[in-house]
This record gives sequence, C-alpha cells and structure tokens, in this order.
Amino acid sequence: MNVFPADARFDFFGKRFFAYALSAILLLVAAGSLATKGLNLGLDFTGGVVVELGYPGGADIEAVRDTLDAQGFDQAVAQLFGSSESVLIRLPPSGESQSRLADQVLIALQSESDDVTMRRVEYVGPAVGDELFNAGGLALLVVLAGILVYVGFRFQVRLAGGAILALAHDLVVVLGIVSLVGLRFDLTVLAAFLALAGYSINDTIVVFDRIRENFQKMRKGTEKEVMNASVNQTMSRTVLTSGTTFLTALALFVFGGEALYGFSLTLLLGIAIGTFSSIYVASALSLDMGLKRQDLLKIDDKERLKQAEDGAP
Amino acid sequence: MNRYPLWKNLIVVVVVLVGLFYALPNFFGEEPALQISKRDGTMEQAALSEAQSALRAAGIEYSRADLREDSGLIRFNSTDDQLEAVDVVRAALGGDYPVALNLAPAAPTWLTDLGALPMYLGLDLRGGVHFLMQVDMGAAVNTALDRRVDGMRADLRGERLRYVSAEVTDEQRIQVRFRDAESRDQAIEKLAGDYEDLEFDSAEIDGEPYLTATMTDKGVETERRAALEQNITTLRNRVNELGVAEPLIQQQGDDRIVVELPGIQDTVRAKEILGATATLEFRLVHGSPADWVDADESGSIPPQARLYQRRDGGPVLLKRQVIVTGDRVTGASSGFDQDSGSPAVFVNLDSQGARRMADITGDNIGQQMGVVFIENRIDTTVDEDGNLIEEKKLVEEVISVATIRDQLANRFQITGLDSSQEARNLSLLLRAGALRAPMDIVEERTVGPSLGAENIQAGVNAAILGFVLVSIFMMIYYRVFGVIAVVALVVNLVLIVAVLSMLQATLTLPGIAGIVLTVGMAVDANVLIFERIREEVRNGMTPHAAMKAGYERAFATILDANITTLLAALALFAFGTGPVKGFAVTLSIGILASVFTAVMLSRALANLVYGRQARLKGLSI
Repeated sequence: MNVFPADARFDFFGKRFFAYALSAILLLVAAGSLATKGLNLGLDFTGGVVVELGYPGGADIEAVRDTLDAQGFDQAVAQLFGSSESVLIRLPPSGESQSRLADQVLIALQSESDDVTMRRVEYVGPAVGDELFNAGGLALLVVLAGILVYVGFRFQVRLAGGAILALAHDLVVVLGIVSLVGLRFDLTVLAAFLALAGYSINDTIVVFDRIRENFQKMRKGTEKEVMNASVNQTMSRTVLTSGTTFLTALALFVFGGEALYGFSLTLLLGIAIGTFSSIYVASALSLDMGLKRQDLLKIDDKERLKQAEDGAP
Repeated sequence: MNRYPLWKNLIVVVVVLVGLFYALPNFFGEEPALQISKRDGTMEQAALSEAQSALRAAGIEYSRADLREDSGLIRFNSTDDQLEAVDVVRAALGGDYPVALNLAPAAPTWLTDLGALPMYLGLDLRGGVHFLMQVDMGAAVNTALDRRVDGMRADLRGERLRYVSAEVTDEQRIQVRFRDAESRDQAIEKLAGDYEDLEFDSAEIDGEPYLTATMTDKGVETERRAALEQNITTLRNRVNELGVAEPLIQQQGDDRIVVELPGIQDTVRAKEILGATATLEFRLVHGSPADWVDADESGSIPPQARLYQRRDGGPVLLKRQVIVTGDRVTGASSGFDQDSGSPAVFVNLDSQGARRMADITGDNIGQQMGVVFIENRIDTTVDEDGNLIEEKKLVEEVISVATIRDQLANRFQITGLDSSQEARNLSLLLRAGALRAPMDIVEERTVGPSLGAENIQAGVNAAILGFVLVSIFMMIYYRVFGVIAVVALVVNLVLIVAVLSMLQATLTLPGIAGIVLTVGMAVDANVLIFERIREEVRNGMTPHAAMKAGYERAFATILDANITTLLAALALFAFGTGPVKGFAVTLSIGILASVFTAVMLSRALANLVYGRQARLKGLSI
C-alpha cells in the first residue's frame, strides 16, 4: 500500500513559483494581522488574574456578572468555560500586586451560593509576565540560532539558510493565523511554537539528507532534477509522518480539554504549514539561493570533479 | 541473513526489563495516608506507635504504618477513615507533631524499597498551590542599615562623642549629624574600623557637619543572600506548621522563592501565614501618660523615644532602644491568661534574649514595658474610578503596656490580643521565626483537586486515542513491520514512564501532551526505515540486503532529524517555567527513547521474525 506512488516524478521545482506566490500571500496576511490585530496575549504574559469556578448543576452567568458588579469588580469579565458548569473570570492587570484580588472574587461568589467550588486560580504579576515574554522570545531565538549552526555544520550554508527561512516562514504564518482567529497566546501556545520549530526542521532535514545523498549518487542531471527526485523519493515519508503526528495532535485537540485547546490547535496548524514548507520553501529557496552540486560533495569527490573539469578543455 | 550479535540482543532485553520494572509502580495508584513529622527533629518510632494505639482505641482501621527517614506514614483503606484519623492522631500527639493529609503510592514495598517510585505529578494534575514570592531586597538592606545605626548610636555614646541625630534616609544612606566638624571627624575615625561593610564619608548639608555611610556592594550582596536564606528557612518552618505533605520551597533567581504546596485548598490562610511578617518587640516605656498625650498633640517627640499608638486607643511613648525582638523567641504557644481569661501567648526566649530581658527588667522593676506588634499588611481600597488600589502598610501597634513586677527571664506571657485566633497565629509566626525582609506574591497558580483529576483523565484519554489511531494506521500500512513498529511504540511509552519515574521529574499536563506528541513523532524513525526498505526492494535488492540497507542508511537521517528536535526541546527546558518545563522534559526523553526503540528494538524484532530465514522470498512491508 502506498499513499504516494513510488515511481512518481512530479515536477515540484518547476512549479515552485506558484508555491512562492502562495507563501507570499500567507506571509502578507499573517504580517497584516499581526500588525493590525496583534496577538491576544494571555495572562502569562500580560499579568492579571484568572479565576475558574465550578458550578455543579449549571451556572447562571448573568447572576455571576451581577454579583461581580455589585461587589465592585466592574472590570471583571465572566464567561462560561468549556461547559455550563464552569465559569471563567478574568481581571485585567493593574499596576500593583493583585494577589489578594483572586481571594476576594472567590469569597464574593462563594458567599452568593454555597456549592461553588474553586477549580483554578492564576495570578501573574506584570513584572513576571514581561519576564516570561522575554524568556520565550529568547528561547525562540536560541532555537533558531542552534538549528542554523547545526544544519550549516552538518550540511551546507545555503541549505541552512533555506531551512531557517522555511522555519521562520512556518512560525510567522502560524503566528499570523493565531492572531487572525484571536487564539489566546499563553505559555502552552508558546511551548507549541517551540515544539513546532523542532518538528518543522525535522521534516526539512529528512528532505535535505536525501538531496545530499542524491547529489553524491546521481552524477547526471541538473541540480533541479536531482532535487526534484529527492523530494519525490521522500514524499511518502513526509506525508506519513505528518499524518501520524497530525493524528496525535488531533487526539489532544479532541480530548485534551480547554487547557490544551490552544496548544493542540497551534500544533495542527503548524504541522500542515510545516509539511508544505519543507517540500517547497526550504529546498526551493536553497536552489534559488544558488545551491550547487559541488557544495554537497565529499572532499575527495570534489577533487575528482575538479580534476575532470581541468582535464576537459 | 540478518542477526544481531548476542550483546545487542541482551542490551535490548535488559533495557526493556529495567523499563518495565521502573514503570510498574505507576500502575498501583495511590492510597490515603497521614504523614506525621516532628517539629525540630526526626520522627521516632515511639510517637508512631502512640498514634497507632490511639487509632486502635478509637476503632479506626489502618492498613500499614511505616517510619521513614524524616516522617511517619500511616495508610488507610478509605478517605473517610483518613479524615477521621487526623483529629485522633493530632489529639494524641499534641502540637509538636504536625500531621498532614497525604496520598501515598500504593505500590508494594518490594518495589519501593528498590527505589522504584511512581511519577511525581505536578500541581496541575494533583491540585495544590504554587506561589512565586519576590523578596523586597530594598527593605532587607534598610533593615540592615537600621541595625547598624542602632549600633553606631551605642558606639558613639560609649566614646562620648556627641551627635545630634542619626537616621537612615530613603536613599539607603546613614546620616549622622554632629554639632561640629571636629567630633564628626573623630567619629569617622572611630567607626570606620568597626563597620567593614560600610563606606564612610563626611559631608556638609545645609552648612551642618554630617557623617554619611553607605553599604559597600559586597555588604549589600551579603545582606541580600542572608535575607533570602533566612526567608527560605522561615517559610519552611511555617509550611511545616501548616502541615503540608511534600512541600517544595526553593530559591529562584537571586531574589525570588518558589513555594509549592500540593493538596492545600485554603489558599487564603496559606497566603496569610506565608506572607505574614508579624513579629514582636519589647521596649521600655518612656515618661508618663501626660507626656504621651503631650507628645502626640505637639508632635515634639523626645529624641530617645518613639511615639506609638495603642491598640486599645491612645498614644504611648516607648524608648528607642529595643530590649528583645521576635528573633530571640525559641518557642511560643497560645492559651489564656489565668487571671483575666483573655487570650495570651506564652513566649520562650533563647539564652541571649533571656539574659538581656533579665538584665533590663531587673534594673527597671516598677517601670512599665510595652509589647509592640509589627505587621506588614496589604490594604485594598477602591478609588473613584473603581480601580482597586493596594497599599503596603507597616502596622506597628502596642498591644500591651504592663508594669514590670519581677525580673523576667526566658519564659513569660503576653496579653492584649484581640482574639484567640490572633493569639494562635502570632504564636505560630513567632515559633517559625521572622522574615528578614517582606515578600510579595508575584505569581500564583492554584488548581483545585477536581480539575487536577480531570486534567489527568483528559491527558490519558488523548494518549489512548492517539496511540490507537497511530497503531491502526501503521498496522494497515506496513503489516508485519507495522506490528513491529507498534511494539516499539509501546516500549517507547514504557521507557518514557520509567525514566520519568526514575528521575522523579514532575509530570504536568503539557508533559502528558509531550508524551502524546511523541507517539506521533516516534513512529517517524520507523517510517523512514520502512520506506527505505521498500525503496531498496524496488531497486532490486534481496529482502535481507534491503532490510540491512534500510536500517543502516536511514540511521544518519534519523540522527540528524532528532538532534534538531532535541535542540528545540532543550531550549524549551532552559527558558521555560513550571508546566512548560514538564513538556520539554517528556519531549526530550521521548526523542531519546524513540531513537532506541525505533532503531535497535525494532531491528531486533525484525531479525527475530525474518533474520533466520535463509531463503526469504519477500517482506511483509
């Protein structure tokens, strides 16, 4: 059984300008949304208070709002969370320490009806939020730099450039979609982004590995033909692995509950975009950046090639 | 022919067996238990036996009682028994043995004795409170300067050098004003040698001669470290008083402390106790009641005294010099005053404190002594825009003024408290020691027990669904080799659980997500190998040669692909906090385990199925 015909000879690179156009549109939309709409940053990064309460037997959300108003929490936003038995209350960040605010909300609502249970309280001070945001950004940069160095060292600079651009492309596009649909960007979504960086590069590397092998093996054929063959040969693997990873991310999306909603949605998006980019963006960009056969030959092969060229007038 | 040498097969078998052994404790679940520890000491068998006989007398059944390194553990068959037992054990052992509710691993002792413990669940899975507390280092340095100023005053008096005033300014600088430049210069000469962590300077402010002193960088550093260490010790003592099983108290960065209290539900009280900076000071009274009112109204306070408000109303002047502070308290218990029946705290002092107390009260029999209650309190008010405003306030109240009838020594009582609850809290805080510097909660994450249980269920469901989907897919697509990949996947999961249990790394909900994701990514290595085998077969290789080539040629690719993913996981670990760190841990372990299972284990299995058949016609792939 094959998902992708074994003897396929699709001309991936001949059509790469369509792919570039698609990428450009995605990037434009992403950049536009990030510039105008921005990210819906969650409590982890902005600071503030979140209280989740359980109402066995269903919550009257209007009554909850009225109580909050009456108690002076008029900046509080209350909404049902996942089911009718769970209410989420958010309080925006304000200058000073708010760690007692959560307790006051809890006490106010618990005095209203007895069977309210505390499910979750989160408070993040504004300073901590900033630090988490900076640490997250730094982590992303370190990952990108680490990958650039590793791929540059193991493969070749132009391939490393292609890989990093593909990776940045994936992250920006997914970030753009996250911004567009207004998904709350919290720590778990950030974790999903970093995992995605690892996943997307993994996919690209498998294709690169085959490109390197084929340059050494197929002595005839232009760069474009060799790369085309490589993508064709690794196509089933790319589709299969993306498929199984997509399935597990789907399982997380279905069963993971509200806590993993953003995380799994980001992964699902990222897997789709990452698969597209490792086929088109990474390899095609390396080709257009002037990747040559010599770049990937072993040293003794290179010398032999040079001698052959010198010999032929 | 494809055969592994014996040693390779042995490695595979040993790794799988060790993995199974360490994963095993996770399948026994947990049972309700009571954890008994001893305040300021190691738990002994006698106390445990006493608790056991009290339980037998009360007719409460327990399944097992063990003495562990630092605590005793009594296990019960049901939560009801456990809850009934708390009160019985507390009553039997008294206040010196904090008793905490706990869930103990139900794994048999032969497993736990060999160090095989179940995974350590994070707070988002088991429920509990996580606090990140910021130590106010500015205040720590200020208090240190205050102590230095007290010392300087005494030194200057001792040297008979007259000064006008000595105080700590808002810019963390000591300023001492003198009448003339000559005594100022003499003072600097005298003091400079005695205070190594201060830098002395002379200055003229508004034409008056001043001595200024600031703390050296090294001094500030020492003071900060001391503040952090003492706060951690104090928090540890207070948490012990609260009776929490398996608390975590740790330094984070250079001015923060993480406190994790699994299973605590009453966060309001936990916060009150942890953040409270209440302590006591004992000072002699200055002047007569007429002087107090006079000072309060005119605002002119004698230089050797400070003006306080009494809790029961009215001003009082106390001497600047402190007899004893709360630091000197070694024990405290709450109760009632025998004469008046009002709430009281009984205090024990250490030898140094007792000596000072005895000296000063001995010299001042018939005089009055005031007890100052000091607390850093946060008041929340609402302004006209409806914004909540929180104000940090230092409350200093005199809770009692009493005549010294006798020389006091190491043990005495304090009255004047509002309620017996306040007496209890004050005695707890005095016992646990004072915080060297006030702290603010800058992050709090509390998860209720029901949400924790739901999170585990959600994670397990997602893992099962993911595993089933991937397994079905692999078996249909790769047939016999698909089954091999699924076996490798199962072992991969067992190894992740085993390594997490061995390291006692914290498993969080994102951590479970990491495991689920690993299921999807771990088969990648096998897909790479199997696709390669298919390709080689199509290129005309014999089945055996194709199998060999498939495993060998795919290996370099697998390595490259996994190292880059590992890079990402390590960065996540380095920069992430809490739950995200848990995700990085499981992802890293999953990657490493998947290289082993997909390459070595699946090869060993493939060899087992096909390796011995000399005339192999084809592979079921």
